[in-house]
Order: sequence, then structure tokens, then C-alpha cells
Amino acid sequence: MDALAAVFIRDMRIATRIGGGALMGVLFFLAVVILLPFAIGPDLALLRRIGPAILWIGALLASLLALDRLFAADHEDGSLDLILLGRSPLELVIIAKALSHWLTTGLPLVLVSPVLGLFLNLEPVAIGAVMLTLLIGTPALTFIGVIGAALAVMLRRGGLLLPVLVLPLTIPVLIFGVSAANAAVVGPVPFATPLAILGALTLMSLVVGPVAAAAALRQGSE
Amino acid sequence: MALIDFANPSRFVALVERVLPWLVVATLFTFGVGLYQTFFIAPDDYQQGATVKIMFIHVPSAWLGMFCWGLMSLASLGTLVWRHPLADVAAKSAAPIGAAFTFLCLVTGSLWGRPMWGTYWVWDARLTSVLVMFLMYLGLIALWRSVDDPARAGRAAAILTLVGAVNLPIIKFSVDWWNTLHQPASVFRLGGPTIDPSILVPLAWMAIAFTLLFVTLHLAAMRTEILRRRIRTLRLMQVHSAQGA
Repeated sequence: MDALAAVFIRDMRIATRIGGGALMGVLFFLAVVILLPFAIGPDLALLRRIGPAILWIGALLASLLALDRLFAADHEDGSLDLILLGRSPLELVIIAKALSHWLTTGLPLVLVSPVLGLFLNLEPVAIGAVMLTLLIGTPALTFIGVIGAALAVMLRRGGLLLPVLVLPLTIPVLIFGVSAANAAVVGPVPFATPLAILGALTLMSLVVGPVAAAAALRQGSE
Repeated sequence: MALIDFANPSRFVALVERVLPWLVVATLFTFGVGLYQTFFIAPDDYQQGATVKIMFIHVPSAWLGMFCWGLMSLASLGTLVWRHPLADVAAKSAAPIGAAFTFLCLVTGSLWGRPMWGTYWVWDARLTSVLVMFLMYLGLIALWRSVDDPARAGRAAAILTLVGAVNLPIIKFSVDWWNTLHQPASVFRLGGPTIDPSILVPLAWMAIAFTLLFVTLHLAAMRTEILRRRIRTLRLMQVHSAQGA
């Protein structure tokens, strides 16, 4: 347990200090969400309708941004070998690392989403719904992403390939995240149904992601 | 003969050389029967007319697209668990074939959808999940092509294949879980098929023909892959000895 806490605290420190890039994702999120109205046009009624989808796309892309460094940086300075040799189960270490990664990249996205929601002319209900779905859904993106991050270590030059591998797997999360956010505003489905499926997806990825990522890291270390 | 006997690539290639001509003949024969039945025996649909014939290409290629991912998942287990030396050869050479069948399924479905549904594409669960599978095939092929060491690439691809296998039950049951424009399962279902024998029999022939085509292409591709790896090893040895001299 101490070892896991140490990994968690270390990752938090690295992410929040100079060169860590914890807020990079937020800036990227901001850039994407501000770019889209330029492409679509400043039609406030249209933006209100597709606003939840824009926020979700932006959060999805932003959460992929820092992902390829998650294990690659550890691999370069050798700490990944120590983690692999260590006594704590690799799956749990990956969960600890993913948790700190989500706290430094995923959670800030959730926190700034209301501000961006104002840009997109969302109603307070819609802003709340998007925030809640992002809060439940972004951990799934991180836990699916760790699979890609672990594969990127095996590939060495996997940075470009990572989004190609991870994005198809995140499609269900996107579908149910956006449909839950939309259900809260316009219906006709009750809000709880897609939200429950979104929660199920997050829990499933919490199980599958670390196991698959651990397998990839073990295979890659041979 | 156990599976481990095929672990020797030379023995495997020799076996493929012996079996392949027969498989080609069997594939051509079943395609002959299947296509004849499709065009001359199977009746036109009373609503859809002759466009129903698209089904005899569409359905088998959809089956094969999914079957191929299933086969790759088994091969991936072979790579990760049993370290079977031919497992990653099997997985690698299956991926482009599976992608081709999935592409064929999407294209024929789209061409069939245009006259029947009035649109080439709808974002319904079955279509979308098959499209996701196609994307994952492409990602997998890209993964194979981005690592130069085949053993390393094989293990990375195996993990991704197993993760992607989650999509298979989603595709299979998508027509039951969601109300989709795509029709529900009508061949493999509890209580027997709901298709009339006059269409089911030609469809079965076409399915066998497609499966044989898949096996033929897959074995040939595996042989090619084994030879390709030999050439790679020979070249590496050549460079090595040239440097040593």
C-alpha cells in the first residue's frame, strides 16, 4: 500500500511541477472548443443543441494528449523497470498511476467544462449534465487509454499510433456520454439510463484497462 | 497429431503446400454451386426483387469478418499464453483478410441499403459496431507495420486483439439490444432459422464457399509470412557476417 501511495504521490508531483504538463490538456480543450464555433458559425441555437457533443469531443481529444508519456517517461528514466521488478502487483500500480493521471488531466477538464459551456450557450441544466457525464466518463477514457500508453512503450515510436488504437475503443464512452448529456436536456430517454451504462463502461474499463496494460508492459519488458 | 506438431514452420509449410491445391479446388467448386444457386435457384424476394441477392455476399462476409477476429483472438491467446511460434504468424496474416471481408460487408450493405432503406448509411448500432471493427482492423494492421521486430509486434498486437474482442458480442447482439434499422438475427437464433429453405440452402453454400476462401487465403498468407520472415532472418545474418568479416 505504501508503495502504491508513493507511486501516486510521485506521479502527482511530476505532473504538477515544471515540465509536467498537467494543464496542457485544459489549454488544448479550450482551443478545440473555441475552434469549433469558428468552423460551424456563431449560430447560438445550433451551438446550444450540439454543445454537449462539442464538449465531449474536446475532452476526449484532450485526454489523449498526454497519454503517450504515461509510461514512456518512466521507461526512459528506468523507473518502469523498478516498478516491474517491485513487489506490488503491476495492475494496482497502473491503477495508481492512472488515478494520478486522471486527477491531473481528466479532472481539470471536468472543472473547466462549465466555463466552456457558457461559450456554447448551454443552459445551466445542460452544463450540469455535461459536467456530471464528464466526471463519470473521463475515468473510462483514462483507463482505456492506459492500454494504448502501455502499447506505446512497446512500440517506442508509438506516439502517433496511439490515438489510432485508442479512439475506436472510446466510441462507446462517447456515445453514452453525449446521449446522457442530451437526455438531461431534451429527452426522450430518461437521464438515468445512459448514465448508468456510462458508469458501467467506466467500471468495465477499470477492470480491463489495467490488466491489459499490465500484460502489455510485461510483454514489452522481455 | 497435436497442435504443437505444427510449431515447426518447415513442417507447416510442407503441409500447406500439400493441402492448398485441394482447398483451391474445393473453394472454386463451392463457389460454383453457391453462385449457381444464388442466381438461378434462389427466388427473388416479393418485396425486394433481385436486390435480395446482395445478401448472399453481404451475410457471409459479415460472418467471416467476425470469425476472423475470433480466430485472431484465439491466435493471440496462443501467442501470449502458449508462446506458439506460429500463432502470431496466423494473427498477422489474418488481419488484412478480415479487414477485406469487413470492408466487403460494409460496401455490400451500403449498396443494399440504398434501394431498401433509401440511404447508403445510417448510424445504427449494427452498422456502427461493424465500422468500429473495421477501424480496429486498420489500427491493428498499422500496429503490425510500425514495429520492425515481428515477435515484439506480435505480442503488442495480441493484447490489442484481445481487447478488441469485446466488440464481437456487441456486434452480434446489437440488433437485439437496440431497436435498429438492420434486421434482427434470422439464421443463428434460438428456435431455429426464420429464413425459408429456398434461400437458406444457397446462403449455406455461399457461407461454406466464403469460409473455404478464407482458409485458403489465410494458409497461403501464413506461408508467405513464414517465407518473408526467413528472408528477413537471412538478410540479418548476411549483414551480420559481412560486418564480422
